[in-house]
Amino acid sequence: MSRQTDTRASVPNYPTRAFTRAQPQGFGRRALQHRSFVLGALLTTLLIAAALLSFAWTPGSAYEVDMDAALQASSSRHWLGTDAFGRDIASQILVGARASIAVGLIAVGIGLTLGVVLGLVAAARRGWVEEIIMRLADFTFAFPALLSAIMLTAVFGAGMINAIIAIGIFNIPTFARITRASANAIWARDYVLAARACGKSRSAITLQHVLPNIAAVLVVQATIQFALAILAEAALSYLGLGTQPPQPSWGRMLSEAQTLMFQAPLLAVWPGLAIALSVLGLNLLGDGLRDLLDPRLTRER
Amino acid sequence: MSIFLLKRLLTLVATLIGASIVVFAVLEVLPGDAAQMLMGPDAEPEAVTAMAQQLGLDQPALTRYWQWIAGLLHGDMGESYVYGSPVTELVWERLAVTVPLAIMAMCITAVLAIAAGVFAAANHKRWGDVGLMGLAQIGIAIPNFWFAILLILLFSVKLQWFSAGGFPGWSEEAGGGFWPALQALLLPAIALAVVQAAILARITRSAVLEVLREDFVRTARAKGLSRGAALWRHVLRNAMIPVVTVMGLQFANLLAGTIVVENVFYLPGLGRLIFQSISNRDVIVVRNCVLLLAAMVVVVNFVVDVLYAAIDPRIKAGDI
Amino acid sequence: MALLEVSNLTINLQTHRGRAQAVRDVSFTLERGATLGLIGESGCGKSLTALALMGLLPEHAQVDGSIQLDGQELLGLSERQLCALRGNRMAMVFQEPMSALNPVHSIGRQVAEPLRLHLGMSRAQARARATELLERVGIAQAAQRLDEYPHQFSGGQRQRIMIAMALACGPDLLVADEPTTALDVTVQQRILDLLQELVAEHSMALVLISHDLGVIAQNAEQLLVMYGGTVVESGMTEAVFARRAHPYTRGLFAARPQLHAAEGTVRLPTIAGAVPELVDLPAGCPFAGRCAHTQDECYVERPQPRTLHQPSMAAPASLASWRQPHVARCLYEQVLTAGART
Repeated sequence: MSRQTDTRASVPNYPTRAFTRAQPQGFGRRALQHRSFVLGALLTTLLIAAALLSFAWTPGSAYEVDMDAALQASSSRHWLGTDAFGRDIASQILVGARASIAVGLIAVGIGLTLGVVLGLVAAARRGWVEEIIMRLADFTFAFPALLSAIMLTAVFGAGMINAIIAIGIFNIPTFARITRASANAIWARDYVLAARACGKSRSAITLQHVLPNIAAVLVVQATIQFALAILAEAALSYLGLGTQPPQPSWGRMLSEAQTLMFQAPLLAVWPGLAIALSVLGLNLLGDGLRDLLDPRLTRER
Repeated sequence: MSIFLLKRLLTLVATLIGASIVVFAVLEVLPGDAAQMLMGPDAEPEAVTAMAQQLGLDQPALTRYWQWIAGLLHGDMGESYVYGSPVTELVWERLAVTVPLAIMAMCITAVLAIAAGVFAAANHKRWGDVGLMGLAQIGIAIPNFWFAILLILLFSVKLQWFSAGGFPGWSEEAGGGFWPALQALLLPAIALAVVQAAILARITRSAVLEVLREDFVRTARAKGLSRGAALWRHVLRNAMIPVVTVMGLQFANLLAGTIVVENVFYLPGLGRLIFQSISNRDVIVVRNCVLLLAAMVVVVNFVVDVLYAAIDPRIKAGDI
Repeated sequence: MALLEVSNLTINLQTHRGRAQAVRDVSFTLERGATLGLIGESGCGKSLTALALMGLLPEHAQVDGSIQLDGQELLGLSERQLCALRGNRMAMVFQEPMSALNPVHSIGRQVAEPLRLHLGMSRAQARARATELLERVGIAQAAQRLDEYPHQFSGGQRQRIMIAMALACGPDLLVADEPTTALDVTVQQRILDLLQELVAEHSMALVLISHDLGVIAQNAEQLLVMYGGTVVESGMTEAVFARRAHPYTRGLFAARPQLHAAEGTVRLPTIAGAVPELVDLPAGCPFAGRCAHTQDECYVERPQPRTLHQPSMAAPASLASWRQPHVARCLYEQVLTAGART
């Protein structure tokens, strides 16, 4: 009674679906549609551009003292005005970006490298090794990071290098915890069990299976820690413990501005704005990346 | 007391002991000669030796450590080199500023964050949500000391409603009083609270959204509860569990924030004392204050765990 | 007049791939004291239909058609009016007893909640009534256990508590969405028996949703077979089970594992293909492509309901005073009569 035809092939060309379906999109497309990501990427690029630009050109001089031009309001020559020593604010902001980026990059780099190694080891070895590493990481939570950074820089001397080391040390437990948590989830997966059954060593599994799959989480966390590092560097410089003069630093600019609040209130606005925009940009970038690198869409190796 | 709380108590004690060891090690053992550090690089060798004896530095580190801990257990924190007075007195004075400041900041944070987070979650994906979360993003990015300076610029320089810093004291004889003291703490508390509130608001919002997805909320609606009633009666208590936990964790950041904010406002609090003592190389004050801060953090987290057990009956049963 | 009359119920949803029609043109009537079974695979729209009855669909869902409870039109009522009805005149029991109760409230409080909300009872009155309700559903020592928390009860007990909660205000309509699926087999039967007792006692109408043929066979006098959001076959349970007109129904029955199969390895018959995603459903018959009798027209033309057997008006009175006609949807009558068992 019924024709046993290949019905799919002979389906006529008029609409056979109740609704048309939306097309799935590639990463680049989705990235450009994601508001947080775009804004974050823009601001972060601005930050990096400012720092790079400062090596080649600044509108005025960030270092030259010129007492005649002290505390001027913004003009065509000094776009954002001058500080108490006649130095151009706009230039200081551009050069200050260098300190923020340097501290952020290196401190997070330290924390990332050492923290990830510790986390991977903890997840691979389990047992008492894991316990010790995690207890140590938990323990550091009793010490507010800023407090310890202040202690370390005070004991070992103020300056950008020590600030970087202090902030870097406090990134280690954060990355260790997050690495271990994500790595443990991967270790529990079936294909890892299969790899172990085939006799693959733990380090091989860690490098080939675990690390590529937690990379997305680490990237997102790194951008967030970068933002926190910038805030920490600013706080340390504000207290006089971070980047030292004559190297411009946004935090120190704020502390100088505070003493002149009644005479030149705008001095306090620009450096703080620079910090806020940089941190905002990095946070938005991190949030955007987190949404875009959703585990549903990463292919597992 | 349930097993859960007992375990937490033991962790608390262990952490404090560990903290004291670390603090001691960093401040006294690492830099080498503490007396030299105190006197500076240009001091006479005899003066340095005398100072070393006064500080008891000729004794081995372990003995000094025990002396310190023994003293602590008797409530004796030693004497400040710079101020020449017992550290305990100093600390007490300063706590009278920092503790009310921290409490005020925490209260403002809690009220702002929970209200904003719940509102945003209830208006998920609509303008209220997007707007508030945008504000929260900005709030997280603002350094608290910059916000403090901006507050001073607005309220002290421009509007002249508040003084630009300083603390009149709690007692009226010394020229202060209850309300003037609170007034002096208001701007600093707001400066501290805003950033924390921004972070906490986001957490509250996700916690509420998570709970809204749970099956028992659907059951509550099926019983005839309106959306608002379901939110208030069923969702909030469950959502508070992660929120309270995060508040506890944030307390450490709050205390760190007081160090900077007290400097901005010239408040004679614990944070400022630590900072000044570090600059003055007043090692004895520093180590006691840092340990005290660590103790406050650990105790607050313990209180959070107690609250956690009170909110969630599954914990009381002691099966964790 | 029937207690519940649903006509041409259609539900459109927004999925991440676009708009989809999750439920198409569902119609049925239900009398007091009768039980209607809704059977179908996951994703066929049975739960959505149930949620639509209660007015609990997600906000972005578009609903068309009509749902009348005792003559009152439910679609288009304000949220406030619906809240007054839910838990009061119509109630629902859900699938997962483990997560359907609030873990931080005592069970006494949760059972008493609808009593205080709709009937305005005082705390003491509500507690007393809650104790009675819990005893009725079989919770031992209910009075002492009122202040205990859900995690202190087993899955079966939690489902009983859910039922007590649903029945608190004496609703006319009870919707049970797979109430026993998450429970152990031994417990399932007791819960279903309890439901039947309560239905008879209170003269409620029960909509029982399940994917289990056995459960439906034992508990529902009339049934709807759903696939891809459409009711492909409906009627009195005995009639549908005996005749199995629609190819999908036939497939469902054939796919049951037989305990006493023929000698040698016998492959379990399956229905070829897979359930398409909602957005991919054809504009015509949802079963097109998987049906062995598919023609080109099936993809495009919507089959209308065909009555296969109209009960005579002089039929003997049964529990439901209104015998449902046996109806199935297919473009070709021959398909419906072809597989008929003699």
